[in-house]
Amino acid sequence: MSKLLVSPSPHIHSENSTRSLMFDVVVALLPAVLCSFLFYGWREILVMAVSVGSCLLLEWAITRYMLRKPSTIGDMSAVVTGILLGLNLPYTTPWWVVFIGAAVAIGVAKMTFGGLGQNVFNPALVGRVFLLVSFPTYMTTWSAPQGLFGVDAVSGATPLSAVQEGLMRGSTIQELTSGYDYADMLFASIGGSAGEVCALALLAGFVYLLIRKVIKPWITLSIFGTVALVSLIFWGIDPSRFTDPLFNLLTGGLILGACFMATDYVTSPMSLWGGVIFGVGIGFLTMMIRYFGSYPEGVSFAILIMNSFVPLLDRAFKQKKFGR
Amino acid sequence: MTQLVIWTIVILTVLGMLLAAILFAVAKKFKVEEDPRIDDVEKAMPGANCGGCGFAGCRAFAEAAVKADDLDSVYCPVGGGETMKKVAAILGRQVKEKAPMVAVVRCNGSCDVRPTVNVYCGSLSCRVKATLYSGDTGCSWGCVGCGDCVGACQFGALKMNPETGLPEVDESKCTACGACVKACPKAVIELRAKGPRGMREVVCCINRDRGPQVKKACANACIGCGICFKTCTHEAIVFENNVAYIDYSKCKLCRECEAVCPTGAIHGVGFPKPLDVEAVKARIAERKKKAAEAAAADKKEEEK
Amino acid sequence: MKRTFSIGGVHPHDSKISRDCAIETLPTPGTVYISVAQHIGAPAVPVVAPGDKVKTGQVVAEPGGFVSAFIHSSVSGTVKSVAPRADLAGKMSMTIEIQVEGDEWAEGIDRSETLVTDIPDDPKAIIEKIRLGGIVGLGGATFPTHVKLSPPPGSVCERLIINGCECEPYLTSDFRVLLEKGEQVVVGAAILRKALGGVPCTIAIEENKPEAIKHIGEVIARLNFSGIEVMSLKKRYPQGGEKQLIDAVMHRQVGSGALPISVGAVVQNVGTALAVYDAVQKGKPLIDNVITVTGNSAPRQANFLVRVGTPLSFILEKAGGLPEGDLKVISGGPMMGRAVANLESATLKGTSSLLLLRPEETLRGQEGSCIRCGKCTDACPMGLEPYLLNRLVKAGDLEGLEANAIQDCIECGCCLYSCPANIPLLDRIRLAKADVLGVIRARAAAAKAAASK
Repeated sequence: MSKLLVSPSPHIHSENSTRSLMFDVVVALLPAVLCSFLFYGWREILVMAVSVGSCLLLEWAITRYMLRKPSTIGDMSAVVTGILLGLNLPYTTPWWVVFIGAAVAIGVAKMTFGGLGQNVFNPALVGRVFLLVSFPTYMTTWSAPQGLFGVDAVSGATPLSAVQEGLMRGSTIQELTSGYDYADMLFASIGGSAGEVCALALLAGFVYLLIRKVIKPWITLSIFGTVALVSLIFWGIDPSRFTDPLFNLLTGGLILGACFMATDYVTSPMSLWGGVIFGVGIGFLTMMIRYFGSYPEGVSFAILIMNSFVPLLDRAFKQKKFGR
Repeated sequence: MTQLVIWTIVILTVLGMLLAAILFAVAKKFKVEEDPRIDDVEKAMPGANCGGCGFAGCRAFAEAAVKADDLDSVYCPVGGGETMKKVAAILGRQVKEKAPMVAVVRCNGSCDVRPTVNVYCGSLSCRVKATLYSGDTGCSWGCVGCGDCVGACQFGALKMNPETGLPEVDESKCTACGACVKACPKAVIELRAKGPRGMREVVCCINRDRGPQVKKACANACIGCGICFKTCTHEAIVFENNVAYIDYSKCKLCRECEAVCPTGAIHGVGFPKPLDVEAVKARIAERKKKAAEAAAADKKEEEK
Repeated sequence: MKRTFSIGGVHPHDSKISRDCAIETLPTPGTVYISVAQHIGAPAVPVVAPGDKVKTGQVVAEPGGFVSAFIHSSVSGTVKSVAPRADLAGKMSMTIEIQVEGDEWAEGIDRSETLVTDIPDDPKAIIEKIRLGGIVGLGGATFPTHVKLSPPPGSVCERLIINGCECEPYLTSDFRVLLEKGEQVVVGAAILRKALGGVPCTIAIEENKPEAIKHIGEVIARLNFSGIEVMSLKKRYPQGGEKQLIDAVMHRQVGSGALPISVGAVVQNVGTALAVYDAVQKGKPLIDNVITVTGNSAPRQANFLVRVGTPLSFILEKAGGLPEGDLKVISGGPMMGRAVANLESATLKGTSSLLLLRPEETLRGQEGSCIRCGKCTDACPMGLEPYLLNRLVKAGDLEGLEANAIQDCIECGCCLYSCPANIPLLDRIRLAKADVLGVIRARAAAAKAAASK
């Protein structure tokens, strides 16, 4: 006999699911991933495979054997973490270092806080920063792109670290940046970690996320705006000591960080103004670290620092309530 | 070198003593005066902080117990009589003996006897379900089976039986804190006296509908026939709203009601032997016969 | 730029598959079951006893208080019983059972089709006729209309809004009424205007019903009524919510806990306007309404004119019978409607549709963890933060819930609709809202008691 189903309203549901949202992020990251494969060759494929594979494995193992709960790898959030971590590492990173990074990202930054949705800090960034602090040699030996079919392995420094080292030696910015072509930066042929290579591919992914309404543009735009403004001011004061805005926007992990890491749902504020302040904070801290810090790059640190302000921002900035 | 080591030790020692002195002074100055008995009472408590007593936790209970004039107004259902005796000893007061209680599920409409007419597909919460509609069987009174009580129990004493779809109480773990009673939106669960050596009679149904409707909805339900009420010689059965209820303070555990119930809605729990229905029925028949004879004799005498 | 409300909202697919089905008059069933609790407020008090003969349109229950309404027999026949009967959720409510014998109408009801456009002059007389007609809001809340038309002293009505949004997916009864009974609706709107002291009137229709917008515009021009305009609104759910509609039409926001009249608005549904026309111009009380039978699995799509108290099973049978297999029957729309647990229950004045959904169309996914995506806060038309309320509910923090305005929730379902993790946000919020409202009411009562001392 057929029976009547009963449940409280609403009786229909939008097509959104955690899985579909995460899948959209993966799709948005694909151009950047493919670019990195193309420019760095099989070693980058290995790094990415180890990163995604170990994130999935660890999430599965922890939920299955330590928490004894149903596995959550189906929601694809571990895949996103894995890809982001892979994009944050140089292609020369040994596989076991990648695995340690994944273990820190999933095991420490995500699962100890209670899994998806509970973590305060972006797992991929925690993994990256842990590796940066623990294995600086592997993490800062950058190599210029070599190409999937190319043979010339050219080692060199990323633009940002080249500039910092050069400044220490007493060179001026003009001398140091004369070798870089901004068009090259946009289309990827400068050194850096996998995700820092092709700005255009990352921006394409960002636009895809905006069109699919997965994320909102406030955070990213306020980061870009702040970075541009701060560097404009300093560059205007002394162009021989400080790099120009376009250089700052296009180098390092800024685009990857601003488009994909700072906009992570779990670790970013929900409200418009909270998001704007969050973005301004990230942009400002990034530029302070780049100009005055001992590390050449500051996006990861800036995002992690601002992550810790998210609960406060959520509390302080609320949506306007109807009729109140 | 030696000098350096000596100086280090001296400075650290002095520093340590200085800080200890400050800590001591501060602790003295800001000490909150409290009845020391509160700590003693708290130590005597079970420490589950379940809130079954109506206070926020064991500490709050201890404060209330110390403050209260007599111990009648406070009772720890978890620790029961023993804990209360200890508390009374600490406070130098008397405590009345209370019968140990246990949570009882008053529904035996298991899946096989209570046909479902609807399928619930909302969130798994009795309260949501009960607010929404009368339940997915013809019975709108009984257990709705989403396990809110199981979630409310802090002692792991309740679990859902997937076969019957009803919660079951593990009496060895139940502390009668009453959390499940509050959690149940249908008021199916009741706290009852455990009874002598755990023996008791319970009507496992609270359906107030009329007999024919109840019969259609559930084969195990109390159909309100009133036979148990007529049989009971101890006035222990309250018969209201088409449903019987056994007053555990009056029940003498004769098991007659259990024997005569046509639907098996009355359950005997904790008895050493299974119920010999025929023997009990014979006993009732015997008594009735005697009563009838006595009545007849009375009548004859009156006639004379 | 078309108007719409300012905060939140979602865009479910509108699925108006029964939009081209003309209204059919359903025959009377063998027995009708008329509940005495068909409106918000005190239940009506039955004035008939078993064995009484009643005529169609005769009063069978009288208001049980100020906020209450008359209830009329929707058929002629014999009262069989006055007893509690299970409603669509299986809960008991007092019901008058009438066995149908012929169709003899009570005195004074004009059953002709001629359009009466002369409107009575006296607002009081109009409101009294509406009261006697047992008219309640047919937009879903079933609030007695005469109460809404009598603003409390001190408040001034500035605009009457006729709600033709029908923003819920699937439903088409208001749309069909606008198309087929547009004249009556417009005259009804003019009557309501008059009752409110001649305020301007806006008939608000969502842009996905262009035929209705065009037709009503033509009708207003043809009848030459001044002070009534048609407004096309953007399609967005829950535009038909009273507060949202006032925001969309007048750009004014009704405060928390306040009534629409506080910003000078009165909102009436299209169906109510039609019922007002019938009651005032024709003397016909509210005894029937248009009900949509729809859904992809429905044997056929239909818009039926149904007598109040008709068993749901009878309507489904006339629509071709219930299809095989498990399904969900919803009284109302898919966002706010109630799932039917008992097909033997009968229609009420406020019943707008019977929607049939297959399990795969309606089953919710498994609950996951909140990923803080913020889709619920974006969707909430009241500007609440459902994810936060959910956390507070779990923590049992009633004060926090009140501070975060849980009592403002209109239960539109947008949060649960848009949650990617399928968290039963509304289920929990609905229960906690009742708890918080209880606390607020208790506090108000205590304050009143203290003040009277």
